[in-house]
Amino acid sequence: MNQDNLHPPQRQPSRRSLLLAGLGTAMSLPFLSACAGFDTSGAAAGEGTVGFLSTQFTPVEEKQRYEAVLKKFLKVPVAYNPVDAGVFASTVRSQVDSGNVSLSLLGGLHGDLAPLADSLEDVDPLIRDLSGRGFGKDILELTKVGGTTSKYVPWMQATYVVAVNKKALEWLPGGVDVNDLSYEDFLAWAKAAKQGAGRPVFGMPAGPKGLHHRFYQGFLLPSFTGGQITTFRNQDAVTAWNYMRELWENMAPASTNYDAMQEPLARGEVLVAWDHVARLVGAPASKPDDWLMVPAPRGPKGRGYMLIVAGVALPKGGRERERAEQAIRGLSEPVTQIETLRSNAFFPVVQTELPSDLRGAVALEAAAVRLQQRSPGALLALPPVGLGKKDGEVSQIFKNCFQEICLNNSPVQATLDRQAGQLNTILNELDVPCWAPDPVSPGTKCEVA
Amino acid sequence: MTVQSPPVSPAAVQAAPRPRRVPPAVWLIGPSIVFMSLLLGWPVVQGVLQAFQNEQGFTLEYVNRMVEDPYFWPAVRNTVLLIAVMIPLQFGIAIAMALLLRSNPRLNKLHFFVWAIPLALSDLAAGLVWLSIFNDRGYLNSFLKGFGIDGISWLAYDNQATLFFCVLIAEVWRSTSLVLVIVVAGLQGIPKDYDEAAQVFGATFWQRLRHVTLPLLKPSLQVALILRTILAFQTFAVAQALTGQNFPLVVGETYRWYTALQNPNVAAALALVILVASMLTSIFYLRALREKGQGGKR
Amino acid sequence: MSTPTVDTAPLQRQRRHRIYLQIACVTISLSMLVPIYLISLAALSTRESLNEFPLSMLPTNISFDTLYAFLSSTGIFGALGNSVLVGVGTLALSAVIGIPGGYALARFAFPGKEPYQLFLLFTRALPIVVLSVPLAKLFLTTGIYDTTYGVILLHTSLALPTTILISASVFLSVPVDVEEAARIFGCSPFSAFARVVMPMALPGLAAASIFTFVMSWNEVLGASILTLDHRTLPAQVLTSLSDSPLAYRFAGGFALVIPSIIFIAFMRRYLTNMWGSTIR
Repeated sequence: MNQDNLHPPQRQPSRRSLLLAGLGTAMSLPFLSACAGFDTSGAAAGEGTVGFLSTQFTPVEEKQRYEAVLKKFLKVPVAYNPVDAGVFASTVRSQVDSGNVSLSLLGGLHGDLAPLADSLEDVDPLIRDLSGRGFGKDILELTKVGGTTSKYVPWMQATYVVAVNKKALEWLPGGVDVNDLSYEDFLAWAKAAKQGAGRPVFGMPAGPKGLHHRFYQGFLLPSFTGGQITTFRNQDAVTAWNYMRELWENMAPASTNYDAMQEPLARGEVLVAWDHVARLVGAPASKPDDWLMVPAPRGPKGRGYMLIVAGVALPKGGRERERAEQAIRGLSEPVTQIETLRSNAFFPVVQTELPSDLRGAVALEAAAVRLQQRSPGALLALPPVGLGKKDGEVSQIFKNCFQEICLNNSPVQATLDRQAGQLNTILNELDVPCWAPDPVSPGTKCEVA
Repeated sequence: MTVQSPPVSPAAVQAAPRPRRVPPAVWLIGPSIVFMSLLLGWPVVQGVLQAFQNEQGFTLEYVNRMVEDPYFWPAVRNTVLLIAVMIPLQFGIAIAMALLLRSNPRLNKLHFFVWAIPLALSDLAAGLVWLSIFNDRGYLNSFLKGFGIDGISWLAYDNQATLFFCVLIAEVWRSTSLVLVIVVAGLQGIPKDYDEAAQVFGATFWQRLRHVTLPLLKPSLQVALILRTILAFQTFAVAQALTGQNFPLVVGETYRWYTALQNPNVAAALALVILVASMLTSIFYLRALREKGQGGKR
Repeated sequence: MSTPTVDTAPLQRQRRHRIYLQIACVTISLSMLVPIYLISLAALSTRESLNEFPLSMLPTNISFDTLYAFLSSTGIFGALGNSVLVGVGTLALSAVIGIPGGYALARFAFPGKEPYQLFLLFTRALPIVVLSVPLAKLFLTTGIYDTTYGVILLHTSLALPTTILISASVFLSVPVDVEEAARIFGCSPFSAFARVVMPMALPGLAAASIFTFVMSWNEVLGASILTLDHRTLPAQVLTSLSDSPLAYRFAGGFALVIPSIIFIAFMRRYLTNMWGSTIR
């Protein structure tokens, strides 16, 4: 047995020369190749190509579909480069700071672009040009990121709805319309389903990349308190969080691992879940007939719902400015917007009629979104406006409330008081007015009452 | 500064005959020092200063912010706990595996190759694999169901014990091969004659391990310990994939502050905590393993 | 090992011993392979079968669709090329800079030896994420941003501590006498090193090179902040995987593992080549 391992000594020089030869080739290889690497962003980026860095459509399939949309509807060559939000911020900041910008176009959610406002060009002239497209007033307000000039052009929008596997309908309390749930109905349903199924089957995206803070900011709190910030710790908010605690007791505990609900839904781990439309669209993929999409529940103060806005912006000193502007014009064409909805489930920001031939899951969502926006008592909530760099930290405060109240069982009022203190510290530093659904009065500082 | 003497012989024999010249060691270590300083010097200074600087100048604001964050102390506790349990465990396993290989079992080359495979997995991929095993409807629960056992929520937030064990198992699986490969490479240099000689004189297996193999293996073990500990402070992808925010680690918090919360200052303060902890353990290993060696020699 | 043979009891004992050894080895191998098997299984399953419960442990629903879709996405082959360039470049550069350092640590007594080791570790102990913006700025101003050269430089700096410390630990175990003998027989210091020490230290150098290559192959963050249009494979796909459907994540994880496994298989020969030899 030892024989395999016995290497006769005369083989050693050959092994050494092999290694040396290997080293030699290895060393010369990267330096022989004339270029500095192979192009990986599709359109051989260079003269005339719009370098489009974005935080959206990172998954392989979505990226491929969006590249096809860009190719079909834009008249300029675009190299679409999706990255995660952290890399996005580092890249933009370092390029603009060093004055050596190789990007031409930036795309991201409001929350991705707001912290970078200093690195973005004003786009007021472009927005004036495009005013015929009919951007919503609320959305245009958002693009100012707390300043007086617009920093990005609206690109697409989304909201959150509730996905329901029809299996869960058997536990729906009698006499309740699934398209017009109240928060009480929702809880009763969750309890009945837990009992009926023998395990909790409601879920929420409370994982590290999940968007559950938007549920508290834009749905739960506005519905119970009518506000988001000013009412952060009043009696209604205490009721809301007590409700949340009870709801959580009837939800799948594995929710703290879920980033996007479509997977646990598709796997059948969870039957009913609230999430971002783009993160639910995969659940009904192959059998839309088994699924429902319904509006978020309504509370004592109305049906709170949040809009998510994505925008496209121009980096200061960016390359190919003219072509980038041309690309923005193309992106805001109704046809491009509709195609984006078809392929990747983000809704148009411009005035247009939705087509009637949408594929299953998107059609379900489009109906739910319409119901949610047009139902009586609909109460629009915006993601924090004008927080810039602090956007993430404010979201974190809502996540901390969940952590403390629902997971650690801390007393509600004391937790809210403590978190309100931190929230006020941040808001005091920023000195920004409130945003919907809180009373908006320019010139006054937004803070927790 | 004192010098770590190699166990084989006092090394100065090779030093240049004429001490007036620039010592050859300087030529040998010079390139690495110059390279590292040129490339990382300025970024490191910039990165570290962020922790203590705001617009007004020196500040401890960010350090306070870091300490007051509700995730900070749990993260410190988890990091210490994980490292304290994982490192001894995987060194035990790795040494046992290396000794198994040395005893020349059939197919030892194939076994060694298989044991080194986890090295090829990135921590992101490893997290993915173990998530597919441990999640509520994953392979482990599927397997248990085959025996009529109902699934257990291994990764539920309210079950800290199973959370910890899942992370521990995944990390041990992923990173023990690093220790194994270093130990195997070190064992290659130890002639079997020593071990056989001791055997002839009637030493038991444990005596030989304790007095022959381990002392000779000390340089490799020292390096493996230092590298493994430093890398253990740096990895969090597996823990994050398995547990989300429920089992925070300090380095994961660094990433969260830098990317999600966009606060590079607090992130830098957290990074400094990791830096200091890693450096202190490295100094400890360098000293502890050296002194014993010299004591034994003389 | 070789005992006189009249009495067969020791032989039998030895055989039993061997069987136990083999059982232990097989057990460990299986525990290493099962997760790898599961990721391959998941990568080659249809999407629907991944949503079933209980999951099938046997390859009943094989499909190459997800893997194919993954491999046909934009820029995958360019990224693969970049990854190979970067991996090989890093390997070479860190060997050229690192091996002399390791040799110095093993053979010379010099003041500042411990500070030197700590200096090397210092750069590795700082989570690189806090350096993202300063690093990218440095690379932008020097003009090597978005090139594979830049990534090679960064990866080399990440790999150097491993290369230097591991090679030092191996050079320590090469007896000085051998080198002296070579010198006495007329070798120059360099050729004594190249002809005598290097071959004996090969296992350790192979180990160091495995770490270097695998580290470079799997490194995501540095590569994604330093490049834009010339990404390496993990920077191109790994970051996006966390938002992708499960089937894609497995396909991505699976596709990324294969090249590193091949590399390890290749280097393993050098790692174990001294075993059982008693030449010295």
